[in-house]
Amino acid sequence: MFANYDFDVIWRSLPYLFYQGMTFTLLLTALATLGGIVIGTLLALMRLSGTAMLTLPAAAYVNLMRSVPFVLMIFWFYFLMPYIGQWITRSAQPLQVGAFASCLVTFTLFEAAFFCEIMRAGIQSISRGQMAAAQALGMTYPTAMGFIVLPQAFRNMAPVLLTQTIILFQDTSLVYVISVTDFLGAASKVAERDGRLVEMYTFAAVVYFIISLAASRTVAHLQRRIAIIR
Amino acid sequence: MNYHWNWAIFWELSPDGVHTYFQTLLLGTGWTLATAACAWIIALTLGSLVGALRTMPFAAAVRFGNVYVELFRDVPLLVQMFLWYFVVPEIVPHAFGTWLKQLPNASFYTAVVALGLYMSARVAEQVRAGILSLPRGQRQAALALGLTLPQTYAYVLLPMTYRIIMPPLTSELLNTIKNSAVALTIGLMELTARARAMQEFSFQVFEAFTAATIIYIVINIVVTLAMRVVERRIAVPGYLGFKAPAAGH
Repeated sequence: MFANYDFDVIWRSLPYLFYQGMTFTLLLTALATLGGIVIGTLLALMRLSGTAMLTLPAAAYVNLMRSVPFVLMIFWFYFLMPYIGQWITRSAQPLQVGAFASCLVTFTLFEAAFFCEIMRAGIQSISRGQMAAAQALGMTYPTAMGFIVLPQAFRNMAPVLLTQTIILFQDTSLVYVISVTDFLGAASKVAERDGRLVEMYTFAAVVYFIISLAASRTVAHLQRRIAIIR
Repeated sequence: MNYHWNWAIFWELSPDGVHTYFQTLLLGTGWTLATAACAWIIALTLGSLVGALRTMPFAAAVRFGNVYVELFRDVPLLVQMFLWYFVVPEIVPHAFGTWLKQLPNASFYTAVVALGLYMSARVAEQVRAGILSLPRGQRQAALALGLTLPQTYAYVLLPMTYRIIMPPLTSELLNTIKNSAVALTIGLMELTARARAMQEFSFQVFEAFTAATIIYIVINIVVTLAMRVVERRIAVPGYLGFKAPAAGH
């Protein structure tokens, strides 16, 4: 099977694959994770607020995102964003949104729904006495949430949050459907230009595999180290 | 917004000359459901097998199960689809590869295999967690009664496990339906692909995607409600709902 396997095409395209492709993939993963956790935590607080005006919209948003394929959502945002941009900036024409910005907004808003569910479980895993004690000490709700409950929730949920990040990393390959040059996009462009589909796609699979495996091993290790002994 | 809404577009004839746009979306829904159903059968069968292997008292079986799960879980589904569609026909013996490439509906079969194997790794995780959550005494009692190991799994451990892991299995089933959309990259004309095609031909972007979104939500609600009935029927008395790891799609 390796008889006419052309390793040279991989070697020649390495700079392109990694400088352009992998940089895009990793930057998108990192920024979307950060944004997703921030918005997801806010959504979780809304869902746990007990006020119907906050609970219902947050729940509707999360359930919508969770019942629709990510590919469809990527298309939605890709076509919708120029119009939303136009509406925000009040310009006459639909706004031109760059590929990276478009992907970043899509991934942040989509993954926020999943991070919300993780954070909601995390906050619920903290015993009510913590909140009650903090408030009895005179802390306001934001102070108690920000300094007592959330830090513990993050610690409890750190392994799950990181696992979700690995999933997000793999999901970034889906930007292929709007022809963005991420790692897989770069590999497929070389593959089609040089007619070397077998080499490029197996190489891409191996790279994704190594990165995801290393990351999930690290998470498992971390999980053992930070586990709180109860 | 200077977007021209036209909801009547659904009743107009699509470029295939036979179906209206609405009918093309329904055809897509059919492909989505067929792909997900076939993939789910593969996922459930292989997932149960591999999940059970990972709890057996043989180091080799456990190792095989672990490698299997890591292999299918650590490569993005889209890349796996490409491997099955573009790479496999090239590296198998020439005649077989040619036959694969000329198969009618090749993208459907490829999508079923790729999605089925991808989801089987995740089902295996749930099955393993379910078996491990059973009290140790169940296995010991079954073996002490003289059941062989395969019998212990078939008659004692797996039936209990399925009843306990029904809720997480439901969400994996929903994931299978949603993940079938990735198959549009290898040319399967499922629901998302039909919505995309409708957008390209009619320029009515938001009508097309709204319709697809609503159809996905309806499928989601129907499956969730149906599975909730099943869950209630088969729940093991005395067991609280099984808690699954929360990460995933």
